[in-house]
Amino acid sequence: MTVPTESAPLSARDLAPSLESFDPTLFEVPTGREEEWRFTPLRRINHAHEEISTAAEPEYSFTASEPARVATITPVQAQQAGALAPRDRVAALGWAATRSVAHIRVPDNAALAEPVILQVQTPAGTSAGHVLVEFGANAAGTVVIQHEGTGTYVGDISVLLGTGANATVVSLQQQDNDGVQLSNLRAVVGRDATLRGVAVTLGGSLVRFASSVRYEGPGGDVDLLGAFFTSAGQHHEHRLFVDHNAPDCRSNVAYKGALAGKKAHSVWIGDVLIRANATGTNTYELNRNLLLTDGARADSVPNLEIETGEVGGAGHAAATGRFDEEQLFYLQSRGIPAHEARKLVVHGFFADLIRKINIPAVADTLTAQVDQKLEQVSAVGAA
Amino acid sequence: MATLEIKDLNVGVQTDKGMTGILRGLNLTVRSGETHAIMGPNGSGKSTLAYAIAGHPKYVITNGEVHLDGENVLDWTVDERARHGLFLAMQYPVEVPGVSMSNFLRTSVTATRGEAPKLRHWLKEMREAMSDLAVDASFAERNVNEGFSGGERKRAEILQLELLKPKIAVLDETDSGLDVDALRVVSDGINRARENNDLGLLLITHFTRILKYVKPDFVHVIRDGRIIAEGGPELADRIDADGYEQFALETA
Repeated sequence: MTVPTESAPLSARDLAPSLESFDPTLFEVPTGREEEWRFTPLRRINHAHEEISTAAEPEYSFTASEPARVATITPVQAQQAGALAPRDRVAALGWAATRSVAHIRVPDNAALAEPVILQVQTPAGTSAGHVLVEFGANAAGTVVIQHEGTGTYVGDISVLLGTGANATVVSLQQQDNDGVQLSNLRAVVGRDATLRGVAVTLGGSLVRFASSVRYEGPGGDVDLLGAFFTSAGQHHEHRLFVDHNAPDCRSNVAYKGALAGKKAHSVWIGDVLIRANATGTNTYELNRNLLLTDGARADSVPNLEIETGEVGGAGHAAATGRFDEEQLFYLQSRGIPAHEARKLVVHGFFADLIRKINIPAVADTLTAQVDQKLEQVSAVGAA
Repeated sequence: MATLEIKDLNVGVQTDKGMTGILRGLNLTVRSGETHAIMGPNGSGKSTLAYAIAGHPKYVITNGEVHLDGENVLDWTVDERARHGLFLAMQYPVEVPGVSMSNFLRTSVTATRGEAPKLRHWLKEMREAMSDLAVDASFAERNVNEGFSGGERKRAEILQLELLKPKIAVLDETDSGLDVDALRVVSDGINRARENNDLGLLLITHFTRILKYVKPDFVHVIRDGRIIAEGGPELADRIDADGYEQFALETA
């Protein structure tokens, strides 16, 4: 079903979290009635909001070459290096349970020829981890973080960009069918730095992936791109918060999702706050969802809060549509079998986003997974 | 040599008030190399005939038969019909965002021919067909029908007609919305397809304009879902002179 946007008037106080701390006891236990938790089925996160006791650790494996520096460090070292303090209880509990942090650093003025790839293999049971990504001043490159495995994983990603840095950070959510992932990607964007944050969510039983960005000075340029394919029974929740806290910065959010199957549920929350000092801001956010079958549901809520009169441009668009049977007829009338026609249409739906993401390996993964998921839909439909 | 045989075709659409009949016992046979013009006023059932032959799910066959060389077309899915050599040039071709014309054309040619054309031959074939229709080379990289002008859409339909090489083609008001120059280019494309592929053609139109370029062998006048007058090209001249009302009087 299509759920119309319901957005109550929000203020900066609602959008901007008031507390940042590594101490979980300072956060209230969510009940599910809070604005930021109301879409998340808490009964499916294995008590990760109440307490986290970990039996095993996630396994980090790096594929990286000079000049990138990669290492596994302690949480204390990560804190000293600037890992960002949690803003909610789950993240704080996760931090407290984390024993090792994957650290990726690109030194000042260095440029990566190849992407750094970090595989986060999550074990059975509950586990917690953290990834710290640092780009020095004028450093450039791409980091791809692949979440795979099983169990309930609580793990944030801190992204720190120095002045003039140009970074692409991709997070792939590809856990097994029973996996649960609760992650925040938190980024601080230096003066004149460019961030492309990409979330691709395909796997898991429940994924809650929240990206939030703030700026350290003017000239920051941020693209937050996301693609998801939510199948029967999956809950894929993407939350975005762009905090325009500096003048003359730009942000662009574009998320596209396809849904198919009974109780496939996606949630997209796009919060943008333009503070009083953030004059000359340009921001746009977009969410498009494509419902391929009955029984799937997409919630889409953009919130734009503007506290200054001097904005360059600000807008948002969110829409959820059904698969267009006329497109299917047109393609079939040219001899293309229905399942192949459906593939063409869904690939077409993601095409502009894949072009924007512009990383062949990520495009290949997404395309292959989309095909596999569509095959499942056809198989169920034929049964 | 192919024959499309339509016998006593009754077609309706499901509405809030139940099934509404549109075609009421239509009979028509089209053979390879023949061109049939189907003419009639708005609402007579012309487009319904086109969609019913192609298999659009909205149009329900309530009675009658459609055969291609003795095989039951109504048993086939939409894509099977196309792979058996039926083609419909649509009045309002649909946009498919994110799918390039070249990808679409290659996929459909692969499906209808049963194997992927060799890349080098294919590119040459596609470029030549595009240039024959005075279509810019950049066309191949644009998304299917997205942002196309009315004229471009019609050229794209005829491009597909030429590349897919069907046995029998139904052209649903391909002439509508074309200026004189575009009409000539599109008509030349239709005539090439007729000559090169021994095409059997069902040309659906309101106006006799296109028949000056694509000469019909037979003209059928359709009204209220059935054929009410038939003849040679001279029938088109009568329509041009006196309109469709004369036929209503004849049957009254």
